Amino acid sequence: MSILIKNGRVIDPWAKLDGIADVLIHDEVIAGVGLNIDEAGAQIFDASGLIVAPGFIDMHVHLREPGFEHAETIESGSRAAAAGGFTSICCMPNTAPVNDNATVTSYIIERARRYAVVNVFPIGAITKGSMGEQLAAIGSMKQAGIVAISDDGKPVMNARMMRRAMEFARSHRLPVIDHCEDLHLSAGGDMHEGLHSVRYGLRGIPACSEDVMVARDILLAEVTGAKFHVAHISSKHSVEMVAFAKARGLAVTCETTPHHFALSDDDMAPYDSNYKMKPPLRSVPHVSAVTAGIVSGAIDALATDHAPHPGSEKMQEFEQCPFGILGLETAIGIALDKLIHPGKISLRRMVELFTTGPAEILGLNRGSLAIGAPADVTIFDTDRQWTYDVNKSQSKSRNSPFHNQMFRGGPVATIVGGVFAWKLE
Amino acid sequence: MPVGLLGIEGLERPEMEAILHRAKDFQPLQNQSFLRLDLLKGKMVVNLFFEASTRTRTSFEIAAKRLGADAISITASASSVSKGESLVDTLNTLAAMRPDAIIMRHSASGAPHFLARYLPTPIINAGDGTHEHPTQALLDARTILDQRESLEGLRVAIIGDIAHSRVARSNVYLLSKFGAKVVLCGPASLLPRELERIAPNVTLSNDMREAITGADVIMMLRVQLERQHEAAFPAGEYFQFYGLRPDHLLLAKPNAIVMHPGPINRGREISSEVADSQKSVILNQVENGIAVRMAVLERILCAQ
Repeated sequence: MSILIKNGRVIDPWAKLDGIADVLIHDEVIAGVGLNIDEAGAQIFDASGLIVAPGFIDMHVHLREPGFEHAETIESGSRAAAAGGFTSICCMPNTAPVNDNATVTSYIIERARRYAVVNVFPIGAITKGSMGEQLAAIGSMKQAGIVAISDDGKPVMNARMMRRAMEFARSHRLPVIDHCEDLHLSAGGDMHEGLHSVRYGLRGIPACSEDVMVARDILLAEVTGAKFHVAHISSKHSVEMVAFAKARGLAVTCETTPHHFALSDDDMAPYDSNYKMKPPLRSVPHVSAVTAGIVSGAIDALATDHAPHPGSEKMQEFEQCPFGILGLETAIGIALDKLIHPGKISLRRMVELFTTGPAEILGLNRGSLAIGAPADVTIFDTDRQWTYDVNKSQSKSRNSPFHNQMFRGGPVATIVGGVFAWKLE
Repeated sequence: MPVGLLGIEGLERPEMEAILHRAKDFQPLQNQSFLRLDLLKGKMVVNLFFEASTRTRTSFEIAAKRLGADAISITASASSVSKGESLVDTLNTLAAMRPDAIIMRHSASGAPHFLARYLPTPIINAGDGTHEHPTQALLDARTILDQRESLEGLRVAIIGDIAHSRVARSNVYLLSKFGAKVVLCGPASLLPRELERIAPNVTLSNDMREAITGADVIMMLRVQLERQHEAAFPAGEYFQFYGLRPDHLLLAKPNAIVMHPGPINRGREISSEVADSQKSVILNQVENGIAVRMAVLERILCAQ
């Protein structure tokens, strides 16, 4: 089966390519990138006026399976990913049971093989049950196919445990992804600690709860030589510290989510749990620092932290609601809205943040349109006005603050392994 | 969206002036135990209290009944909430009873706002978490105005666990809107700096003597032991540094008044001598509670 994507603007940062070209897919791999490719019998996709990029990778997604299938499944989450322009996703291990052993890893991979419409790369837990007390079966999970370890949803509070985990991970060539939060400092907090938390009478999550953990982990990464990655960075000082670590040559990377550069705590609708997540939406100086970090290169990747929760759980007193919002289907629209249209970064940089950025952090053989590479292609546009209707989402859940938001530009078609996983109607 | 009373923060001054003025009409009624008005005859209000409270609940009940309305009180422990019914379901059930207003107290900040988004019934906030307690601020203002011409320019010291106090927040908004100068005083761990920015003319102090100097009103707050997550100040030191004693009153203006939303912890935040002194208007606050709540109920229920 052949697909010929014609006349699109091909942006492939890995190949340092940015220009009008055709992309030929044959069977499941990229067969050619160039001008005026002719292929008899190929299915033609007219990409005039569109951007053609290597398949986007979202390295931080919660698929909720096994254990929380009422909120999302591997299948529904993968459909939401495809609808958002993603061809590969990495799923976090806070399932039930937690993905802390090869059996659960294999289960996820097998379910994904059968039901997912995009590539799914599991991330294994750092500690058993993510309880922070004993190391998980990292070695056998690596053999089963994990691409990183993380206790996401929680930090590893015990510094000695984190040190051992980093040493172990380094020897297995796995990056360690930390959800950086000092639970004592953030105790009971429901939103960013600042003027609005005081106004709303809600307990706050101070920025320093993220900063002290980022600082600790960077120092441990230096001692252990591990590849350390900060999940969903949101705080000014944390971004500064990551930049400083990089300047000193440490293997430290970080990601941020679209909502952390799109929204501040000024934007919260009062007591609306669609604005409740961890780390929280912080005040404007933090949002500006995150945006500046994207522009400067301190931030390596964009990842959505897609966290589905059913309506029954998100429709409660604010303090009772679980943390997390959807993100897969709005990521490209938000990136265009906040970074591209205002001219803050180039399209090439945006594509890097979704492709080579995550691919290099995880050591994935993805994120490029090299000949022979898996035929994962993301096609999007930068002009079409559209409105996000969360009620039409492919996800099983509906918890998004971007419902009814208008965007200019978004995903148009998503090809995974040479097959159209999603197309704009 | 029908108008209830969720907080002082969003209220305009004329609205509050109208309520305070009307409350004066209801003050004498306290002495006439057999006189009832029929202003709210045929109306039904539901008191929905998810948190322990005798004084506020009975205050609203009496206010409703004095106006001729029917009042039903539902306390959380007696209701389905203890069986695991969610907040939304509890209220859907109540809404089906079609009350004319729901008076609600809840331990979660924003709980009434959450319900107001989904229920057509006017909701009166009787205290939500650490967020607001609007009728308390109104009755406090009414009490001050019983002793003073106006709130303009008054120095009001509010002392205690400000961080966790909905009474403090509502009072800050109201007093600030009326041109008073508010000094918030408490231990540093219970006095977040952002409080200075929630309304104009607010200052902070950790020194009680400094806060009380020249004060027209001293408002003591109860130390909220049941709300604190962790011990934010050394145990046993509170009264020494933040408890109100007779010698403090010498620092305030000669005609200063002492207030407290109740219930008071004698010897913890206020000494018995001060609580029982001539300067204390604590009992007036309780009386004004009924008058102010009558004015609020009339305003909301007659507006429909």
